[in-house]
Amino acid sequence: MEKKAPRVAYGETLLELGKENPDIVVLDADLSGSTKTALFAKEFPDRFFNMGIAEQNMITTAAGLATVGKIPFASSFAIFATGRAWEMVRQAVCLGNKNVKIVATHAGLTVGEDGATHQALEDIAVTRVLPHLTVIVPADYYETGKAIRFAASYNGPVYVRLPRSATPVIFDETYEFIHGKARILQKGSDVSIFACGVMVAEALAATEFLKKDGIEAEVINVSTLKPLDTETILKSVAKTGHAVTVEEHNIIGGLGSAVAETLCEGGPVPLHRIGVKEKFGRSGKADDLLKAYGLTAANIAKETGSFLNS
Amino acid sequence: MNQDEVKRLKALARKFRREIVEMVYTAQSGHPGGSLSIIDILTYLFFHEMKYPVKNRDVFSTDRLVMSKGHATPALYSCLAEKGFFPEAELKRFRQIDSILQGHPENEFVPGVDVTTGSLGQGFPQAVGMALGMRLAGSDKHVFAIMGDGECQEGIIWEAAMSAGHYKTDKLTAVVDLNGLQIDGNVKDVMNVNPVPDKFAASHWHVQEIDGHDFNEIDKAVRTAHAVTDKPSVIIAHTVKGKGVSFMENNYKFHGSPPNDEQFKIAMKELAP
Repeated sequence: MEKKAPRVAYGETLLELGKENPDIVVLDADLSGSTKTALFAKEFPDRFFNMGIAEQNMITTAAGLATVGKIPFASSFAIFATGRAWEMVRQAVCLGNKNVKIVATHAGLTVGEDGATHQALEDIAVTRVLPHLTVIVPADYYETGKAIRFAASYNGPVYVRLPRSATPVIFDETYEFIHGKARILQKGSDVSIFACGVMVAEALAATEFLKKDGIEAEVINVSTLKPLDTETILKSVAKTGHAVTVEEHNIIGGLGSAVAETLCEGGPVPLHRIGVKEKFGRSGKADDLLKAYGLTAANIAKETGSFLNS
Repeated sequence: MNQDEVKRLKALARKFRREIVEMVYTAQSGHPGGSLSIIDILTYLFFHEMKYPVKNRDVFSTDRLVMSKGHATPALYSCLAEKGFFPEAELKRFRQIDSILQGHPENEFVPGVDVTTGSLGQGFPQAVGMALGMRLAGSDKHVFAIMGDGECQEGIIWEAAMSAGHYKTDKLTAVVDLNGLQIDGNVKDVMNVNPVPDKFAASHWHVQEIDGHDFNEIDKAVRTAHAVTDKPSVIIAHTVKGKGVSFMENNYKFHGSPPNDEQFKIAMKELAP
């Protein structure tokens, strides 16, 4: 299966947007090579601000740039952009309702060898709770490009969560991103598997294992975590009667929580959450980490099977 | 600055001092001390220095002021009301449930407020961002950021100072309201942030120190700051917390406490026109 890194789509799209709109400016905190904002920086050095290793200042400065009509994209690793700078995201960006785009890379376990200090497993939780902020977790390279284009056109604060790794290509250049819309990627009748980000490809692959056991799984790409497409979620579980969530994030506060909240209020069905449980990450190769934390197609299929049989 | 102008500004500042005390007294909540220490500088900036229109506030015609020490809302709001951003009557509803006048400045609520501040340290970097954005747009307008000396204990102040020095935001002037007091007592006892001027100088800023209650000194310092074209400027304003109300002066207890009935009467008498 072809793999492409979503963060490359970010860098490429940012460069295109920079050519189209002179108001787009970019800030980074000494990670422009990794976040791929370096592509923009090279072409538009006057509109690129390297803020050094000072993420709180980067986010707050971005709010100031938005105040005078610029469209700032601020990038770092997810743990720093949302964790280190959380209260700046809260007050300056969200309470101030500024047109700031926070695009963070290196979210989740697939950061790999750098280990737990650099693996954000809490960023969806701490961004989803903030009023005014929309939270987007694209599933692949192509959805990332479209989500970034959406972010530039949307008037208000946006958080986009991207991984470090190259991930399986699911869509193509004709894909259309619809903000706030969850997409059924595969229809099924026995269980609804809700996934986001890196886990969408794993969830799709899991359906092959489940088919062998006679289980028809529906896979839904929940790429907008907020506002959440509760209609699509409730419609799917009304049909299947069972819900599974899969995320490269702690099961507390992320997709699993968002779906649980929806089901409890809108029509409870049994739910099984797959994700990181009461743990930090650790060092290792991305694939080995996903295996160790049960975030593989094989394990998703296994847990889904036992959940349906329980 | 001619003496008639000084007289006009002094009278305005005196009016604002009455409004500050009245707002905090009426709400029985708010921050009088740091509002009274900064009000002379704010009066100068809003009513002598800045182009600060109520309408058509585009980057080419509007100077900006960021109240990074956001708790000084009584001072800020009295100036904005005088400017005509909202009716003066609204000042009496400061901090009440149905008022636009939030406890700390919020751009979504208060006309004339560009950025939200209150959690200390976050206004200053936004002012730096505004200066960077205005320079990109080709504007020659100026950005003023008002900080407290206690606020300078926040690490982000020095991150922002570093970045403004690095990017040489010459149309940015910071004012540090150095009144020497914070909630828990003397700044030098709680956490000695001094020497503030040296720290800015080390971050590549042009530094001046003035008496923050002397309009001639304020005027001279702002004129000098405008003349500096290769770096940002900071004016370290030595001020008296609670200035103008005898029992509030240099009394850290009036950082965030309202006067009682008797104290209010005394204060209004002292600040009578």
